[in-house]
Amino acid sequence: MKTMTGAQIIMAVLKEECVDTIFGFPGGVVIDIFDELSRTDIQHILVRHEQGAAHAADGYARAKSTVGVCLVTSGPGATNTVSGLASAYMDSIPVVVMTGQVPTALIGNDAFQEVDIVGITRPCTKHNYLVKRTEDLAGILKEAFHVARSGRPGPVLVDLPKDVTQGKAKYEPLPECRIPSYNPTYEPNMKQLNRAIRLIKESEKPVIFTGGGVILSGAHKELTKFAKKLNAPVTASLMGLGGFPGTHPLWMGMLGMHGTYRANMAIGACDLLIGIGVRFDDRVTGKVSTFAPNAKIIHVDIDPTSIKKNIPVTVPIVGDCRAALKGLNRLLDEEKVKFTKKSRKPWLDRIEKWKSTTPLRYEQKDVIKPQYVIEKLYELTKGKAIITTEVGQNQMWAAQYYHFDSPNRFITSGGLGCMGFGLPAAIGAQVACPSELVVDVAGDGSIQMNIQELATAVQYKLPVKVVILNNRYLGMVRQWQELFYERRYAATDLEHGPDFAKLAEAYGALGLKATKPQEVVPVLERGLKSPGPAMMDFWVAREEGVYPMVPAGASTTEMLLA
Amino acid sequence: MQKHTISLLVDNEPGVLARVSGLFSGRGFNIASLCVAETLDPSISRITLVTRGDDAVAEQITKQLNKLINVIKVTNLTATACVEREMALIKVSAKADFRAEILRMVDIFRCKVVDVSPTHYTIEVTGTAEKLAAILSLLKPMGIKEIARTGAIALPREKKQRSV
Repeated sequence: MKTMTGAQIIMAVLKEECVDTIFGFPGGVVIDIFDELSRTDIQHILVRHEQGAAHAADGYARAKSTVGVCLVTSGPGATNTVSGLASAYMDSIPVVVMTGQVPTALIGNDAFQEVDIVGITRPCTKHNYLVKRTEDLAGILKEAFHVARSGRPGPVLVDLPKDVTQGKAKYEPLPECRIPSYNPTYEPNMKQLNRAIRLIKESEKPVIFTGGGVILSGAHKELTKFAKKLNAPVTASLMGLGGFPGTHPLWMGMLGMHGTYRANMAIGACDLLIGIGVRFDDRVTGKVSTFAPNAKIIHVDIDPTSIKKNIPVTVPIVGDCRAALKGLNRLLDEEKVKFTKKSRKPWLDRIEKWKSTTPLRYEQKDVIKPQYVIEKLYELTKGKAIITTEVGQNQMWAAQYYHFDSPNRFITSGGLGCMGFGLPAAIGAQVACPSELVVDVAGDGSIQMNIQELATAVQYKLPVKVVILNNRYLGMVRQWQELFYERRYAATDLEHGPDFAKLAEAYGALGLKATKPQEVVPVLERGLKSPGPAMMDFWVAREEGVYPMVPAGASTTEMLLA
Repeated sequence: MQKHTISLLVDNEPGVLARVSGLFSGRGFNIASLCVAETLDPSISRITLVTRGDDAVAEQITKQLNKLINVIKVTNLTATACVEREMALIKVSAKADFRAEILRMVDIFRCKVVDVSPTHYTIEVTGTAEKLAAILSLLKPMGIKEIARTGAIALPREKKQRSV
């Protein structure tokens, strides 16, 4: 057993947890930790704002299906990570954020750069810790990783007072940690699975609705098998995109406020709704009382609190999505339940009809349409890019017009809707997957919330591409004002934005601009092929809206179509 | 809205009570009363919590509490047979005319007088919420100066052994 400083113990545990990258920003109370970090082979990515560090760790975690790690200083360093923590918490992304803290003797004294970050982040982390003794450090840090990645994953914060990281303690590698009061249920209850099978057998018009849980549990293959056995149409929440192939004939597109016409209509008409790894968030359900009014509902989720939180459920199944789908597939095989295309024809025909009468559509005339940019991006990248997004119209158009055939390719702040997410998340994803093409689909509003991270991309030669759909508006809010506030565009006009191409160049990245439709493809081609980071500014139709749209609080079948 | 008495075993650590109460405020659940103290095992505390809500709310509260890492066990005692007690210290004004009457009530309700002055009695009363409400309504006309209540604590009854 070796005696080590707290900072050395941190490095030892990070190595045990196979951490190879940390996103961080230093400060007075974490100099010791950064000093130790510089002596390891763990890569450190110096961001330009701590919010960027938290989002980058999130993007890294998603792209690599692992735990993202972030290290920042006390006080403002810690508070700047709060949006990133809240976003990761809403989307159940495993992130460990280590914050510096003033020495234990000063805690509570309003010392310089002191905040009660454990108090502040209690409601937006899965769990958090204040380490008070160097002796406890290894155990707590190990537990933090365990909590972050197990069960329904989520962010965990560990607050590290300076004397704890400077102090010494004996250290030896600890065994896998077990917390007696924390035992997530992975294996679903057989009785519930059998009840679900009974409903599946009786159903004539089933719909499978999947969410982030399918991606987090790596259940995409089992899901495809399941859908094929049932020959049932599949839709997903924003977080679920990529869990089921976006080019599959059974795919209906996204559900909810900006979901496709057929997906929303199918929910209104189905007799069985199978929700897998979803939480029936308000952006999906619209008016709860008229959501899936004719359907029995099977709900699979690893988090019992997700079940029956928003909607009543006929058969609740608590468990890991992958384990549950495996179980359901096995039972379907055992009982030789198989629905052929022929037996499903009436239902699938109805959905096909909704698709053909009311597809996603836009008209490309003399001004660039944002949908056109995304379509061309999809074509040029052959659907193979990792797409991150900012929040708002850009996010919805990316979700509608880019089709994801595999999981962990669409990285977006779904639950929190955190503007400024896309660029740092793209940086995280690019660090995780150096050989992949990573594109941040942005708006001119949200890109400015963390645009400083361009410097990070340039410094570490991360060739992230930023596609700005520039309408000189805070577009989504403007769309609501157009539809529900008699076009009073209060506080949404961004006429005086920067020249993004020049700005990119000032940072040392490639800056490009397109103002005419015929410039879209050449600019995309040039930007995507460039070896380094590139920012492409597309001047799009200012008042283009995202459609279909289910107004907030309306039924999913009451869509505005244009 | 139905009353629910929920009994929790939690890690006896700083911040755990804040996690529990923060969950209630953050999710819009209501706390009618809350009692916390160490159990025989000093590393574990028991929280007894009274809340109001329909069954769906109670189910969500129980699940959310279970999700907290520091919560070891959650029991909703509402549907089970249990003993539930609350204690109150009641400082009642006791002028000459009422002194005997107050003592009679103390006797009837099996309370105790724990502090006396020429102008007041402090009464210790233990019982169910209903008993406390009853004595309070009787003492109110005399003039209650101050009151301190603990909130409810509860334990499930042991199953009776079947006699042959």
